[in-house]
Amino acid sequence: MSSFTYQFDTPSYKGTSTVPTGLFINGKFVEPVEKGTIEVVNPVNGKVITSVAAGTAADIDIAVRAARKAYKECWGLKVPGVQRGRMLNKLADLLQANADEFAALEALDVGKAFRVARNGDILASIGALRYYAGWADKIQGKTIETNEKKLAYTRHEPIGVVGAIVPWNFPLTMLSFKIGPALAAGNAVILKPSELTPLTALRLCPLFAEAGFPDGVVNLVNGYGSIAGQALSEHMDVDKITFTGSTLTGRKIMETASKTNLKKVTLELGGKSPSVIFNDVDLEQTVKWASHGIFMNHGQACTAGSRIFVQAGIYDRFLKAFTEHALSLKVGDPFARDTYQGPQISQTQFERIMGYIKSGKEDGATVHIGGERHGNEGYFIQPTIFTECKPNMKIVQEEIFGPVAAIIKFTTEEEAIEQANNTVYGLACSVFTRDIDRAIRVAHSIEAGTAWINCHNSSELSLPFGGFKQSGIGRELGEYALEHYTNLKAVHVNIGHRL
Amino acid sequence: MPSTFTKTFDTPAYKGTVTIPLGLYINGKFVDPVEGGTIDVVNPATGKVVTSIAAGTKADIDIAAKAAKEAYKTSWGLKVPGTQRGKLMSKLAVLMEEHIAEFAALDALANGKAYNTAYGKDNKGAIAVMEYYAGWADKISGKTIETNEKKLAYTRHEPIGVVGQIIPWNVPMFSLSLKVAPALATGNTIVLKPSEITPLSALLFCTLIEQAGFPPGVINIVNGYGSTAGQAISEHPLIEKVAFTGSTLTGRRIMEAAAKSNLKSVTLELGGKSPSILFDDADLEQAVKWAIHGIYYNHGQNCSAGSRIFVQEGIYDKFLDQFTEQARAIKVGDPFSPDTYQGPQVSKTQFERIMGYITSGQNDGATVHLGGKQIGQEGYFIEPTIFTECQPNMEIVREEIFGPVACVMKFKTEDEVVEQANDTTYGLAASVFTKDIDRAIRVAHALEAGTAWINCSNHAEISMPFGGFKQSGIGRDLSEYALENYTNVKAVHVNIGMRM
Repeated sequence: MSSFTYQFDTPSYKGTSTVPTGLFINGKFVEPVEKGTIEVVNPVNGKVITSVAAGTAADIDIAVRAARKAYKECWGLKVPGVQRGRMLNKLADLLQANADEFAALEALDVGKAFRVARNGDILASIGALRYYAGWADKIQGKTIETNEKKLAYTRHEPIGVVGAIVPWNFPLTMLSFKIGPALAAGNAVILKPSELTPLTALRLCPLFAEAGFPDGVVNLVNGYGSIAGQALSEHMDVDKITFTGSTLTGRKIMETASKTNLKKVTLELGGKSPSVIFNDVDLEQTVKWASHGIFMNHGQACTAGSRIFVQAGIYDRFLKAFTEHALSLKVGDPFARDTYQGPQISQTQFERIMGYIKSGKEDGATVHIGGERHGNEGYFIQPTIFTECKPNMKIVQEEIFGPVAAIIKFTTEEEAIEQANNTVYGLACSVFTRDIDRAIRVAHSIEAGTAWINCHNSSELSLPFGGFKQSGIGRELGEYALEHYTNLKAVHVNIGHRL
Repeated sequence: MPSTFTKTFDTPAYKGTVTIPLGLYINGKFVDPVEGGTIDVVNPATGKVVTSIAAGTKADIDIAAKAAKEAYKTSWGLKVPGTQRGKLMSKLAVLMEEHIAEFAALDALANGKAYNTAYGKDNKGAIAVMEYYAGWADKISGKTIETNEKKLAYTRHEPIGVVGQIIPWNVPMFSLSLKVAPALATGNTIVLKPSEITPLSALLFCTLIEQAGFPPGVINIVNGYGSTAGQAISEHPLIEKVAFTGSTLTGRRIMEAAAKSNLKSVTLELGGKSPSILFDDADLEQAVKWAIHGIYYNHGQNCSAGSRIFVQEGIYDKFLDQFTEQARAIKVGDPFSPDTYQGPQVSKTQFERIMGYITSGQNDGATVHLGGKQIGQEGYFIEPTIFTECQPNMEIVREEIFGPVACVMKFKTEDEVVEQANDTTYGLAASVFTKDIDRAIRVAHALEAGTAWINCSNHAEISMPFGGFKQSGIGRDLSEYALENYTNVKAVHVNIGMRM
């Protein structure tokens, strides 16, 4: 089976990585039935790095069969939780041992700075695997009092075969957030990475067997969302889909589930998260957090704090400091040591973001800084700030998914909350103030699945993460994620009721 | 149209007069529907129209959703502390108890179930569910979660907002209560659509809501057809969650509508083809009684009906004799006769569907061991029916009949029967009868079903979760677990020391 070897010789990382490029089914790399391929592009320069195998419905079917067989014969509750946990820990160890290489692949594939991939993405991935390794032998049901003539209890059983469709913005991290709880709870998994960023997922596959997972427990089928992803959503023997990605695709997946086998669906979708900044903040810290909120990952984060509401009393000082900070962000080669922001992921995304910038200008907002392409090669966009934004502008209502901040002045707390909630999304929010009452009151009032107080994009593996409203269904991370990977069975044992 | 319906009952089981409003109950008032539609309510014991109720459509759902949203923002939700919500719910339970006879009469009239069943099971159950969740209202907890000393991190289990609920006709008041109660306990407001076949008891319920002290708009009840009012609930942008109990076909439509509108979260409680498995060492006398209860209770109109009965060959003949004798002894008749066990099926449509399955069973070569025919000429009564010589691929074995029709099959080994029991797209419930402790638990655990009953069948508990594996549904009703359906988890991260 073919593979792709890349030689890294950069200031951040020197080394060689070999990545198998087939589909990974039942412990082996195989060619897709219909022999398709997808090109992987380097977003730094738009050039093709390699091709990987692309699967279709036929391959999904083979993978599902392998997963089902593994689940029935050598996985699920046949393997005690403590052993499942050991395997997850071993996988984390292997990832840790190769952390630099994985970071380099992620930086190459996504275009994010190597340092960010290494200290953010890879560490979070290892962390998630270890966190859920610890849960594997702690999946509990309850005994429930009814009366003395009955023993009644619940079991939190694995669901069976889980399909996981992973996005391109944090490829390995999102994959880990999904396989962690799925495997801990005893499910078998079929992964469909994003067709834009398959490399780290492929590089991970050989490690599953090394970590001790039986063949067929984790499978990987690269492919287009509309083909392989659709096939996974339709498959009558897949019990559950977990999806992170666009709201548009999330809808399709839920619709498809409803029309096939009513498989369970959890969705983690888009956002237009507000950062609300009051007069009494620590300005220096707030600027840094607000900047991290929108410019982290080149704005390609579902929780991006893309609407920044600033109270009138501090507006001018905030804008000045925020602008200065944004201008200091180094845009460039992901493998340069001082790069903060690399290119956007693809030509399509680049055009989309530039389209929004254009629409903002046309709608009368002011480009305070940025608004143009950076350089002549690849998909780089300057960190951009819009001011004079009005609530109905597209740049204020719609998710841009790029390094574009919309700054809006407000006067009162009530006004800020109302505007913050004036969106179909509800993924996250942040509030900046020193006043304890206001901090908690506002965090509680904003309709979002995560509220950050005096920080933003500061995630925790132990806290649940997910959306209100159209930002999603269900929660990832924390103990809460386990609910979405288990089937609840109630057992009633009659030890005395006679008819 | 007249605005109320009054019926005087003079029957052996119940004597009394019941009056109910017929309008839509929105924002604390009974109103006419925008498009002026009505739906006839039929007495399935006679096939005759009893009355007509107001039927709402999309326009009325819109009014109700707006009222519910306004109530949520101004006079419900977390503005009303859990203890207070619980008190109102307890008051409602008391009022339901005061009127229990009327509720039972209305359910027996529209649904056809025996009055005594409607009283002692459906409505006593509904009251118990309301009381159970009243107790949860001030115990909705999130967690504090350790991360590091520079952060305070916690979760809140907040109400979702406006929830839509669509309930079935087979246990009208019990369904209403088990949907409404957890939604209210957690602080949501409600737009509920009863089944258009059995809307009467829900209308009586509306008259108690204000009396119990609920602000207007907290509970809104809009009768109507599933394809109009129900569809409107599934699509409405202000409704952020929909809970449905009913057919798998409709469940799919609801999930699709949710996906295409505002991605509201969806819980579904759908059909089943639940296996009852009897091993040679079962306490046969009890097992027969439980098996009878499992399939014939509620005239077989029960999502968790034990409609596939697998009997190990060692006891097969004795089982069949006793099971047949007891099925034959079932008293089918007027719901308002005190010794009636089984009334009519709920409607002409259901009647024809069930008779169609009986015909299909005969055509496929199964044996009608008992029954198989209509009883009488009036109404929708069907004889308790037993099929033997059933093969796994027959329609009567694979599809949900929802009537008093049992398929009895012989088996040899445990492995064989577990495989057959799991050979279905459904997964709602299952029963296993054996005295062997290892086998009882092993088999219960091996069956792919949301509820496993050991040495009993269809013996629900309010404190135990209920819901389906596979295509029998998504999510759980009852118990503490139902509260999850009605809360939004918010994670709050308070930075008390991390510096950039």
